[in-house]
Amino acid sequence: MIAALRRLGPRNWWSGLATIVLVLALWQAGAALFDWAVIRGHGWDTGPKQCQLDGGACWAVLTEKYRFILFGRYPYEQQWRPAVVIGIFVALFGASASRYSWRPALAGLWVAALALVLVLMRGGFAPLPLVPQDQWGGLPITLLLSSVGCVLAFPLAVLVALGRRARTLPAIRLLCVIYIEVIRGVPLVALLFMASVMLPLFLPAGMNFDKLVRVQVVIILFAAAYLAEAVRGGLQALPQGQFEAAEALGLSYWQTQRRIILPQALRLVIPSLVNIFTGLFKDTSLVLIVGILDFLTAGKVALADPAWQGFGNEVYLALGAVYLGFSLFLSASSRRLEAT
Amino acid sequence: MTGAAIVMEHVRKSYGAHVALRDISLQVASGERVVVCGPSGSGKSTLIRCLNRLERHDSGQITVDGVELTDDIAALRTVRRHVGMVFQNFNLFPHLTVLQNCTLTPMRVPGIGAAEAEALAMSFLERVRIPEQAHKYPAQLSGGQQQRVAIARALAMQPRIMLFDEPTSALDPEMIQEVLDCMIELAQTGMTMVVVTHEMGFARRVADRMIFMDDGQILEQGIPASLFDDPQTQRLRDFLGRIVHAG
Ligand SMILES: Nc1ncnc2c1ncn2[C@@H]1O[C@H](COP(=O)(O)OP(=O)(O)O)[C@@H](O)[C@H]1O
Ligand SMILES: [Mg+2]
Repeated sequence: MIAALRRLGPRNWWSGLATIVLVLALWQAGAALFDWAVIRGHGWDTGPKQCQLDGGACWAVLTEKYRFILFGRYPYEQQWRPAVVIGIFVALFGASASRYSWRPALAGLWVAALALVLVLMRGGFAPLPLVPQDQWGGLPITLLLSSVGCVLAFPLAVLVALGRRARTLPAIRLLCVIYIEVIRGVPLVALLFMASVMLPLFLPAGMNFDKLVRVQVVIILFAAAYLAEAVRGGLQALPQGQFEAAEALGLSYWQTQRRIILPQALRLVIPSLVNIFTGLFKDTSLVLIVGILDFLTAGKVALADPAWQGFGNEVYLALGAVYLGFSLFLSASSRRLEAT
Repeated sequence: MTGAAIVMEHVRKSYGAHVALRDISLQVASGERVVVCGPSGSGKSTLIRCLNRLERHDSGQITVDGVELTDDIAALRTVRRHVGMVFQNFNLFPHLTVLQNCTLTPMRVPGIGAAEAEALAMSFLERVRIPEQAHKYPAQLSGGQQQRVAIARALAMQPRIMLFDEPTSALDPEMIQEVLDCMIELAQTGMTMVVVTHEMGFARRVADRMIFMDDGQILEQGIPASLFDDPQTQRLRDFLGRIVHAG
């Protein structure tokens, strides 16, 4: 550690002191965590009574509850289906993380994969019995809402960002401004609440969309407003000369956007886009407000079991690790994309 | 084709209260080479940018290649495909390779395949003597090379008219000549050219006519020799004095 400190080369006394204090604090916290989690921690198969005797971590709560946390109330024997869905999403993210896979076929792959995901989750034919949507839950819900949210919000956001800059179409421009400002001015929780509680009041009786669909639409509209502003930032950052050169070459509006402007503008704003995507991934947990059992909510519900009281730390650490894993993957992909 | 490539009649243009062009009338014949000079802020860029409607004129008429410039987008796009433009700052597309910059327009012509478009683009890169850089990105090239790519990109449209707005002003002195040489060669092919420049050697050598602008007006015009050797106005005498001293 001394050697590491020396390599850091603190430029003055104060920063040297701050470094030492920080390292000591981290060391203390890490040691305490290690003591709780490993040294005093109980194994994967200890009973709750035994765990509660001393203060060590009780990892058995995860052994007991992980199926519920991951898959919610999905029928137990059918839970291989959401497990496959999680695998599909992970593979899909992996395939999309490289710039070299960014071609039209990738969009087709997404559409096919999402269709497969829905068929798997819902079932309703020979080998796959029907599982109605109100039994879906856990990680697949979180992944589904946030991925479909990103994938559909992104093209919408590009259109809205372009619309907001359309000088020759004042009506479209106004529409885009109103949309962005209204969505950004209202918290996501309120939008979700409106979509699931208030919307049915206005719709004619009998005409009722699936709750998950309504929530998904809200998430798309919500994400698109923020993404649109980020994209607009990229468009504004491009030098005027790029637009003029494209015009002078006689390129049409859409040719100019597609070949010249968007490739440059979007690349400039990859960090802010990923920032919004990461936020969205975590914000989907707000769907609990309308009674959808997402990953975080499933964890919370699992903790309500009277037999397993007092193990919130273990469960939330595990949940946090999964969220962190996906977020780190996103930011790593972002750095890779920026570099290419 | 003979007759007028460009006709401007009583063209006016202002930015807010500032008048940039006051009553410009000008004809450029097909195959003619016109050099425009004048002090900074005199309206040279505004004039040349009105010719492909990067700027909209307020009143008067501009006819380019037989088509009047109006808000008719389709007609405008046709005109723009016949009018190449080279900018002071090159304005190459940095995310595309040199070759991709030059295949953008040929690729769009119906019935042309990728291979054919590339061959065409390469032939123009050869004309500006830069084919070996085809697969580099603009940022990897020197200023002079970038401007030659910009010329090739405009030529790849196979335009009938070429506009240059101070094509050598952003270049280091040692790179100016390589760009001027390309333009001189282009002039020898009979291309109609309108060139805003302060390169008086180029003007003497290439221009059929020289135009001196001041304060949004054409103050003097004629063959280069008469403007250089026999300026009629004090403004032009001052301007020539400054140019010679600066050069
Ligand atoms: N987009 C613009 N907005 C406001 N004023 C402008 C704009 N473009 C040019 N001008 C003004 O118009 C005048 C002529 O400009 P310009 O045609 O660029 O001159 P030159 O190319 O001869 O230096 C200048 O006074 C300039 O400040
Ligand atoms: Mg100028």
